[in-house]
Amino acid sequence: MALLEVKGLSINFGGLHAVDDFSIKIEKGELYGLIGPNGAGKTTFFNLITGVYKPTSGTILLDGKDITGKNTIQINKAGIARTFQNIRLFKELSVLDNVKAGLHNRYKYSTAEGIFRLPRFFKTEKAMDEEALRLLKVFDLDDEASVKASNLPYGKQRKLEIARALATKPKLLLLDEPAAGMNPHETAELMETIRFVRDNFDMTILLIEHDMSLVSVVCEKLSVLNFGQLLCEGETSTVLSNPEVITAYLGE
Amino acid sequence: MKTKSKLIKPYTKKSFITYALLIAVFTIVQLILNFGKMSFMMQSLLVPLCVYSILAVSLNLTVGILGELSLGQAGFMCIGAYSGALFSSLMKEAIPEAMVRFPIAILLGGLCAALFGVLIGIPVLRLRGDYLAIVTLAFGEIIKNICASLYLGKDAEGFHLSIKSAADMNMAPDGKMIINGALGLNGTPKDSNFTVAFIILLITVIIAYNFVYSRTGRAVMSIRDNRIAAESVGLNITKYKLITFGLTAFLAGVAGVIYSHNFSTLQASKFDYNMSILILVFVVLGGIGSIRGSVIAAVVLTLIPELLRETIGNYRMLFYAVILIAMMLVTSNSKLKGRITAYTNKLKGLIKKEKKGEIK
Amino acid sequence: MGFLSNLINGISLGSIYAVIALGYTMVYGIAKMLNFAHGDVIMIGAYVVYLAGSKAGLPPVAAVLVAMVACTALGVSIEKIAYKPLRQATSLAVLITAIGVSYFLQNIALVIFGANPVNFKSVVSIPAIKLFDGQVVISGETSTAIVVSLIIVIALSLFIKKTKSGRAMLAVSEDKGAAQLMGVNVNRTISLTFAIGSALAAIAGALLCSAYPILSNTTGAMPGIKAFVAAVFGGIGSIPGAMIGGILIGVIEILGRAYISTQLADAIVFGVLILVLMFKPTGILGKKISEKV
Repeated sequence: MALLEVKGLSINFGGLHAVDDFSIKIEKGELYGLIGPNGAGKTTFFNLITGVYKPTSGTILLDGKDITGKNTIQINKAGIARTFQNIRLFKELSVLDNVKAGLHNRYKYSTAEGIFRLPRFFKTEKAMDEEALRLLKVFDLDDEASVKASNLPYGKQRKLEIARALATKPKLLLLDEPAAGMNPHETAELMETIRFVRDNFDMTILLIEHDMSLVSVVCEKLSVLNFGQLLCEGETSTVLSNPEVITAYLGE
Repeated sequence: MKTKSKLIKPYTKKSFITYALLIAVFTIVQLILNFGKMSFMMQSLLVPLCVYSILAVSLNLTVGILGELSLGQAGFMCIGAYSGALFSSLMKEAIPEAMVRFPIAILLGGLCAALFGVLIGIPVLRLRGDYLAIVTLAFGEIIKNICASLYLGKDAEGFHLSIKSAADMNMAPDGKMIINGALGLNGTPKDSNFTVAFIILLITVIIAYNFVYSRTGRAVMSIRDNRIAAESVGLNITKYKLITFGLTAFLAGVAGVIYSHNFSTLQASKFDYNMSILILVFVVLGGIGSIRGSVIAAVVLTLIPELLRETIGNYRMLFYAVILIAMMLVTSNSKLKGRITAYTNKLKGLIKKEKKGEIK
Repeated sequence: MGFLSNLINGISLGSIYAVIALGYTMVYGIAKMLNFAHGDVIMIGAYVVYLAGSKAGLPPVAAVLVAMVACTALGVSIEKIAYKPLRQATSLAVLITAIGVSYFLQNIALVIFGANPVNFKSVVSIPAIKLFDGQVVISGETSTAIVVSLIIVIALSLFIKKTKSGRAMLAVSEDKGAAQLMGVNVNRTISLTFAIGSALAAIAGALLCSAYPILSNTTGAMPGIKAFVAAVFGGIGSIPGAMIGGILIGVIEILGRAYISTQLADAIVFGVLILVLMFKPTGILGKKISEKV
């Protein structure tokens, strides 16, 4: 059974078919890329499967469970976490607290236990600190744990966003243009991190990317979106040599 | 282990410095009181100072931590004041012991205010920030107006209630007026004193710090910083907004109870829009999000005008207004902010250089 | 007959709210901010009318014109000094600044004009209309307020539909960035919005104080807030919405005062706001705005 199975997904914005009858199937452990020209509906697709938008039609199955039409919070709890094209960190919080916010639903104690500093507060916070630091270490961010998130350099902010998403222990990780705005060196580092996450966290990853060098190296499979519709899908090398894809990218 | 202690430190340090400062100020004031060196006017300010500080700390949870603007602080205070005072004046005979009666009144007043906070919060917290501000303002005015037109009396037959006039209650002529419309409540026992007010302030500050530096506080600040990202990691926006809003209302209600038990009469007209704005001024000038700042601003900004009442008169509020605007421009305009940080850094650099020079 | 008089008075008061609400609704639509100080601009406008008319002896129409010029200058300066530097700031920061400006205007008026309210001499000299053998009397102030606000709403709608500046306003309210790319001068458009809103505030001030002739430094605060309620009720950003909302709020207030309780009339108006926001937050004629992810 596929981890993510999307069938005939569509959404209309006042007559505009932003995503039109789109289907995709991602197996567990795959590193999957979603590419397409600007405005093809890639981010809209992310917003659909994370519950930001409600689809007009179609179904979304995660691990065999129907999550169509569920809200963002329910979908995160069901096992999808994401990053954003324009980084969305908790700017005023420390790097550590950003990750701990991601741990929120896995380590619990009540508001009253927090206010009155009951034993469960100390026990849980300690466990959260340890888990958060473990995650930060993976991304080489543990030295900056007490730095305010907005003071991190750009590349590290992207990494922190991934760490925060992983903190929710998702089954599927969505990365929206993770290499946007990075220099080649940072991109190379990012590629390694993405592979590392897949291998060490037993993760399935779906990423949107414009940087073809990254896509061609990292992704095993690709789907190409054009004007909201599926143009083609398959092994990365096959897709990238498809003349239709080249036309869609370079224009006629 | 080393990293962990480094991480916990900043906020435990911050909060304990505040607690120590508060206790030190309290001790000094007690000493001055014991030596009889404090003017009557200053003595009469001690409880209000604590009340304003509690209000400012509580509002800061909504404004600074949640990042939403509430202009209904006076309304929540009013609910606390009325419910607490009503309880105390009804229970004066049943519970003669103030030590027992007053804590119940405080808790009751806080809970009543929190209940209203949650009730008003459910429909409006999903709205944009500007709407929340205006709704809380509207709510404050509604509470004030209803309380000001409330009549409650008791005679042999029992309680009589009206929101129109005293005559409308149909109370027997020998009945006792408890709440008399715009004239308000009479005969609340004077259970408040500086020590009690201070203890409640200290508890408020502890609650505020512990709240901010907990799982809940972290969730609330995440929502403030980025709502969409907060949802994407599974944080329940409404729940945490409501908790914060409820806690703010609870503490404002508690402040109201202390306030109402400091005077023998209580009028709803005190809890108007200007009171809410005043508390907001304390929060902003003390530094949005800074709990210690809220207390300091509330104390300093209440004391200065009282001490200089004759010289500054009407200019007081004008002065507040100018500082309020200037403060927002300086902290929220990136250009100005950058310029000021540059200056302060330069200044710091100069000081460091001088220090180094000294060592040489 | 009593009901009819109350209804007409309500429509009249509501018309004044509508003129004030136009200022809120335009600024909210274009600058996406709640200009808390708008109500206090009305108060300043009324003081200027009072000074120019009763003190300097100008004829009423001239006094109102002077006030319009003064308020326009005031509104544009407020925008330049206090709001413009905060275009990129959080809505919380802008809102607190606006409250600061409101507080500033109220207190500068207190310092200049003192705490004692002044008696405002009506700017209206139209005679009262008597209906049903004098059972219903419509004062000159009442009829003027209704007629003037109708003219303003129609003129403003035409201005926005027919002129280049008006269409620029529409464009900026839809999408600031796109409007800028299309060559619209966004800063100028926002200034123009504040200028129009403030000039209207001067008219509203003159009408309000002619009908309720006590003028003090807080005169504008409550009507300002109620007019904002009216703008929300009608649908924020909509000009006909402001008119409908204003009249409804005015009628609710006057009928509430007459038939329920004088004390609770304001509470009823605010209760309406809470109900509207609970059940139809976009108001009667408003549209939904969603956030981009």
